[in-house]
Amino acid sequence: MLSALLVMALGAIILGGALGFAAVKFRVEGDPLVEKIDSILPQTQCGQCGYPGCRPYAQAIANGDAEINCCPPGGEDGIRRLADLLGREFKPLSGEHGIEKPRSVAVIDENVCIGCTLCIQACPVDAIVGAAKQMHTVIAPQCTGCELCVEPCPVDCIAMKPIAETVDNWKWKYPVFEITPRKAA
Amino acid sequence: MSRRLFSFHGGVKPAYHKAPSILQPIQAAPLPAEFVIPLHQSIGGIPRPTVTVGERVRKGQMVGAPDGNVTSAVHASTSGLVKAMEMRRMPHTSGLSALCVILEPDGRDEWIDHAPVPWREMSPNAVRDILRDSGVVGLGGAVFPSYLKVNPGKRGHLDTLVINGAECEPFITCDDMQMRERPEGVVRGAGILRDLTQAARVLVGIEDNKPEAIAAMKAAIERTGEERLEVVAVPTRYPAGGAKQLIRVLTGIEVPHGKRSTDYGVQCFNTGTAHAIHDALELGRPMISRIVTVAGNVERPGNFEVRFGTPMRELVALCGPKPDTDRLIMGGPMMGFRMPGDEVPVVKATNCVLVGSPAMFPPPPPEMPCIRCGECVKACPADLTPFEMYWFSRAKLFGKAQEYHLFDCIECGCCAYVCPSRIPLVDYYRFAKSEIWAREQEKAAADQARDYYEFRLAREEREKQEKAAKLAAKAAETKAKLAGQATADGAAAAEDAHKALIASAMGKAKTQQDAVRPRNTDSLTPEQQAQVAEAEARRTANTEAKSDA
Amino acid sequence: MASYLFIILGAVLVNNVVLVRILGLCPFMGVSKKLETAVGMGAATTFVLTLGCGTSYVIDSWLLIPNNLEYLRTLAFIVTIAAIVQLTELVIQKTSPVLHQVLGIYLPLITTNCAVLGIPLLNITQKHGFFESLLFGFGSSLGFTLALVLFAGVRERLDGADIPKNFRGTAIGFITGGIMSLAFMGFAGLDKYK
Repeated sequence: MLSALLVMALGAIILGGALGFAAVKFRVEGDPLVEKIDSILPQTQCGQCGYPGCRPYAQAIANGDAEINCCPPGGEDGIRRLADLLGREFKPLSGEHGIEKPRSVAVIDENVCIGCTLCIQACPVDAIVGAAKQMHTVIAPQCTGCELCVEPCPVDCIAMKPIAETVDNWKWKYPVFEITPRKAA
Repeated sequence: MSRRLFSFHGGVKPAYHKAPSILQPIQAAPLPAEFVIPLHQSIGGIPRPTVTVGERVRKGQMVGAPDGNVTSAVHASTSGLVKAMEMRRMPHTSGLSALCVILEPDGRDEWIDHAPVPWREMSPNAVRDILRDSGVVGLGGAVFPSYLKVNPGKRGHLDTLVINGAECEPFITCDDMQMRERPEGVVRGAGILRDLTQAARVLVGIEDNKPEAIAAMKAAIERTGEERLEVVAVPTRYPAGGAKQLIRVLTGIEVPHGKRSTDYGVQCFNTGTAHAIHDALELGRPMISRIVTVAGNVERPGNFEVRFGTPMRELVALCGPKPDTDRLIMGGPMMGFRMPGDEVPVVKATNCVLVGSPAMFPPPPPEMPCIRCGECVKACPADLTPFEMYWFSRAKLFGKAQEYHLFDCIECGCCAYVCPSRIPLVDYYRFAKSEIWAREQEKAAADQARDYYEFRLAREEREKQEKAAKLAAKAAETKAKLAGQATADGAAAAEDAHKALIASAMGKAKTQQDAVRPRNTDSLTPEQQAQVAEAEARRTANTEAKSDA
Repeated sequence: MASYLFIILGAVLVNNVVLVRILGLCPFMGVSKKLETAVGMGAATTFVLTLGCGTSYVIDSWLLIPNNLEYLRTLAFIVTIAAIVQLTELVIQKTSPVLHQVLGIYLPLITTNCAVLGIPLLNITQKHGFFESLLFGFGSSLGFTLALVLFAGVRERLDGADIPKNFRGTAIGFITGGIMSLAFMGFAGLDKYK
């Protein structure tokens, strides 16, 4: 009986020592996974997920604090890719964080704008130019469509306009064949 | 002399239907009631308009100036009045509109002043600029701006310049007719390209089902006396006219995935492009027209010299479309695109307007499951495995489809042609390609947004720190002042303190001034410093002169 | 020499740990959705199993048998294997964080993978020496990796297939696994040439 205890204790000490050594030797600094998650997120910095920006959300996913279905701008496709990367199950977009909308850009009605600079302060990607008491305007290619500028505007002169389909960004459609019943002869 | 020819893998031999459209010589298409000239006719950036509504323009006047690195100019097709600038339906499968210059001809057809370009005396870059401003793009179908291709490559010279006169697609005969009737222009253009690209030899590849074109080109080479130029008949097999396929047949070089033909000292131009380059440099004429085949369901098929912007309806009307006509196809039956309507204009990419009817193109039979028979692999001229790409494109597994080199697919349609299950394979590839492109663009936009956001965060952090530092400095200053006031007595001391305050303020202003010194004067090259010194000297001289006066 | 070859060949093909012995189905179904993760899991299991077979042989013949403690075998083996798995996890987390994330719960679960305990116990019952134990462990894990990689290849293609709705996911996975198992039964004939 004593020998059994001794043998198990000896094994435990040796293995514990080895593991302790490995834990020190192979310590992981930072979390490279956050980078990978962040690169999938759409970088609108809109905060619809409940985190202040895309990177904090990526951090939360990596820590296991957040679900992968909280990002409306990323859409179903983004969730699918996150699920692929993390080996989790795909989930439909959670409704409480918003719905997937077509990509839009903010447009300022320049006749109404009073030049208060509130939208400039709200824009996370510096896509609005203007100065105090001067008209503001949106640099469309830089706008991520996060809608953060819509709320602060005191005169409601900012509208979200969906990006129109042009010859250049038109996509070939998935080939679909309608199966029609053969006409009776 | 017979040259050793090589072969490409796969390919098909469809019925060619070329005979009806070569019965008549090339005719000039008459002026239409109005020209619809799309600004965006080539690959690359959209040209910016250079005319205003109500302006009178002359034939060959630039209406869209090149904008960006990859771009090409667009010109007025005749003299007349710019009636409008508006969105019109494009000759594109989507049926979407784009900005067009609407030109009403005045019937005088006056050219702008133009003269031959002394390109031999000019630097290569200047010649390229002229080609860009002349709007010369590849007329084989890809409409890639030619000035970017007139480039000897990294090695400084080409081994072989291939002039592509194979024209393998059924129905289309525009290059054939051009080589028969205007071989001198093609040969001289090829000579110009040879000199511009420093090519050691020029091979003109023509499919052997065009003996008249081969004879005409050979005779033209004799007449013009162009050197290092050789006409080579290549076996007729679709798609021998694909650039990579023709290069393979003529030189035996197989351009691998991810490489360019210039890496192997080979470049390829279409015969029509060679002719257009000749016109642009030897005659000084910008590209305003091209030869277009009208074939299919018409009474009198033929080839026409058509100015860009001519509505297809008016062109087709010249050939007498049969009553059951229900569609127009731009390009041939293998690679062409169905047009959204018959009012769309002829553009630089229009090599053929194929008139179709339900009898000619019956509705596609239902798609059957892929049985992995491998017929498509045998037919693929790009050595791909079409059924694998199909499998993954269909399941929207784009990453996997790319692993099978989806982007090396030239969309020639051979796989769909031979498929016993009648699967429209090319449709799936086009779908997958445009999805992948859209994703890549989204990814690039997201990366850019991340940069902007991180920059903004950094800036906010910096501003906060600067503000805090400023506040701390101010607090310390008031503290020191108070302490000074407490200890010092008399007016003298107060004045000293006052002086010290002024001095410190001046010092601060000085440091601030230093801090805001423009950054662009840092780390200059010696020449730039010399320039700056020169400018300074000039400025002082100026102020002196002014004060003297 | 030939007997060593037969140990490996037998472990990889004839008595494939997954498809013939039907051990370790948990990771076989769990981490076979993608080829890369399957290869990673195979490599991790190979490392653990080979090392586990070696150490368990040493513990058994130097510690347990001299002290008449054979009844502690299962307990001692599990503890050893758990420690080795923990070590592997630390190493993978350091070298390949994505693989670590993707393997997820299946990495610590190698501990309870019945194949990993089963092979050392089989070593004992088949009275393998030290070197033979190592080879048998290595061969078995190669067999495990082979089965996993083949299965992952099939499942990647299954992603694009039109499977009737009720059969999608794990159901078609088990059917496929069953068919592969039948195919591996065909190797049983190799025994004749022993």
